[in-house]
Amino acid sequence: MERADRRRELVGWLLVAPSLLFMAFFFAVPIGAFLLRSVDNTDLVGAMPRTMAEIGGWNGQDLPDESLFMALGEDFTALPDITAAASLGRRLNHNLTGYRSLVMRTFTGLRRHEGPLGREALIAIDKRWSDPAHWRVIQQERSWLTPLYLLASLDLERGPEGIRTIPPERRLFVDLLVRTAWISIAVTLLCLVLGFPLAYVMASSGPRLSSWMLVLVLLPFWTSLLVRTTAWIVLLQRNGLVNQVLERLGLIDAPLTLIYNRLGVYIAMTHVLLPFLVLPLYSVMKGVGGDLTRAAAGLGAPPSTVFRRVYLPQVMPGIIAGCSLVFVLALGYYITPALVGGPRDQMIAHFIAYFTSTSVNWGMAASLAGILLLMVVVLYAALARLVGLDRLKAR
Amino acid sequence: MAGAPNQASLVERLVFRGTRIAALVILVVLVAPMIVIVPLSLTSGTLLIYPLPGLSGRWYEEFFTERLWVQATWNSVLIAVPTTVLATTLGTFAALGLNRLRSRLVPAVAVFLITPLIVPVIIYAVSAFYFYSRLGIVGTYPGLIFGHTALAIPFVVVTVNATLKNFDANLLRAALVLGATPRQAFARVTLPLILPGVLSGGLFAFITSFDELILTLFVASPEQRTLPRQLWSGVQETINPTIAAAAVVLMLVSVLVMLLAEWLRRQGRRIQGKQ
Repeated sequence: MERADRRRELVGWLLVAPSLLFMAFFFAVPIGAFLLRSVDNTDLVGAMPRTMAEIGGWNGQDLPDESLFMALGEDFTALPDITAAASLGRRLNHNLTGYRSLVMRTFTGLRRHEGPLGREALIAIDKRWSDPAHWRVIQQERSWLTPLYLLASLDLERGPEGIRTIPPERRLFVDLLVRTAWISIAVTLLCLVLGFPLAYVMASSGPRLSSWMLVLVLLPFWTSLLVRTTAWIVLLQRNGLVNQVLERLGLIDAPLTLIYNRLGVYIAMTHVLLPFLVLPLYSVMKGVGGDLTRAAAGLGAPPSTVFRRVYLPQVMPGIIAGCSLVFVLALGYYITPALVGGPRDQMIAHFIAYFTSTSVNWGMAASLAGILLLMVVVLYAALARLVGLDRLKAR
Repeated sequence: MAGAPNQASLVERLVFRGTRIAALVILVVLVAPMIVIVPLSLTSGTLLIYPLPGLSGRWYEEFFTERLWVQATWNSVLIAVPTTVLATTLGTFAALGLNRLRSRLVPAVAVFLITPLIVPVIIYAVSAFYFYSRLGIVGTYPGLIFGHTALAIPFVVVTVNATLKNFDANLLRAALVLGATPRQAFARVTLPLILPGVLSGGLFAFITSFDELILTLFVASPEQRTLPRQLWSGVQETINPTIAAAAVVLMLVSVLVMLLAEWLRRQGRRIQGKQ
């Protein structure tokens, strides 16, 4: 018997293994490897091995001594080509603006330079090497791991006295996170306001009517988000149907700008995400019998009290599940804001894409992705906990 | 005493009536954008506005003859079909395995297999771009197929798992007691009973890949431009009726898949209901 059990388990694992390995290799490992880029500093440390080994001994105040200048000169001469120099410059520029030109000028200067490397030679090529601030950056970044990008995605940086906020004119990401959260909250609330009556009517109608309504909710649910966003662009454009109808009705004189702004984002995202709220809410509402509400009404409770004290608590799990689902999905939205939003309406996903494909800053892309993933995972964990607790209570 | 209940029921009736009307309006708004675009794709003019100057199939003709759109349609099929086969096979095996296992690790494994439903696709897309380029499969068909398969597996696992939960294990025991070999029992009892679930899992996998855009944006090269990818660049360049035609084609595929899935669900219920 025990042997049969063991065999059963073995076969089970053999059946699960292909998916497990596939998902690990093509899904989990890529995400893990990518997220590690948020703290990864090997590109920099690997490009300047001699300098990094020396710079720990420097006091951070005075001009570094000759051996450190020598090390830096040797590291720069050892760079294989101008592409390597450019990527080193770009990397250091993340810490201090202007570093890119410093690196490039030093690299090309050293190529033409003859004679001994060292303090004199480097300062002759670029005077900025006599400024300890530029050396402090290298000293600060001498470890294989760097908090630079994670701090930067929260508008923070490392100063001489520890972590501090960056100057207001360069701040960007806290604003972005707040905007992302705000758009998601607004869309969630809109979905709740629209979805609640719809789900309620679906659940309280007869089986025939309710299954027809279900089909009408499932239709957009199955249709690709891109197609639905496209449809909204067509409807909301300057001479689109919505503006035409409003003008015909005499409600407006000139076409409204309904798209490429925040309003367009709210409309299209609410439309796309509404089924995700209606479906779970509907299934909970359908499970709630009318017995308790009838009993409460029979005992003399006014309808508003019945609704608030009896009905609402019963459907609360559906509201929580639907709202969390919509909120979490909205947090990561990319396509819809990209197509119907303006530059000021882009969410965190847009910047992850931007840092990946336009500015090729893996550190920032991975940091923002890490923050987004953390928010999503925390919310899901909280939801699982909540729903789990609810089940316990029901028992 | 006489007036109060009446008043309450009048308010109640009004609220109820109001809710019904609101629900109806919301339902119309939910479906309207997709309905409205259908006549626009049949316009004889060049603008996507009402009233239509006349009806014509010219934009569908353009869609089905213009090289970019034809190639995109082919690419979508070339990627979605292998994805469907791969995801359905792997996902069905996994669901069967999960159902067999008694291990304490089962919940963790199940959660791991559905993480693509939780992780925002943008994170997966840029990660795939980053990692697949090291494997040398960015800008290749296998790269996209593997990428889409990972997104599709959870749907198959969930669908087949739901079917297996309703599966009456006594039937399998009966077959074994009556002398069937485990292989025969699987082929003649288990498989026919879970087949509708497997097929609807496959439909989910197909539509996941066929409609996928974000991963495609990062992992595909121009050579692997799919229909959603082509639509995406079309929407950003100029909104013309060919785009409406493409959107309608994509929508029709979705509706077809939805109807098939619904039919399969009913079949599945019927077969399992017979027990």
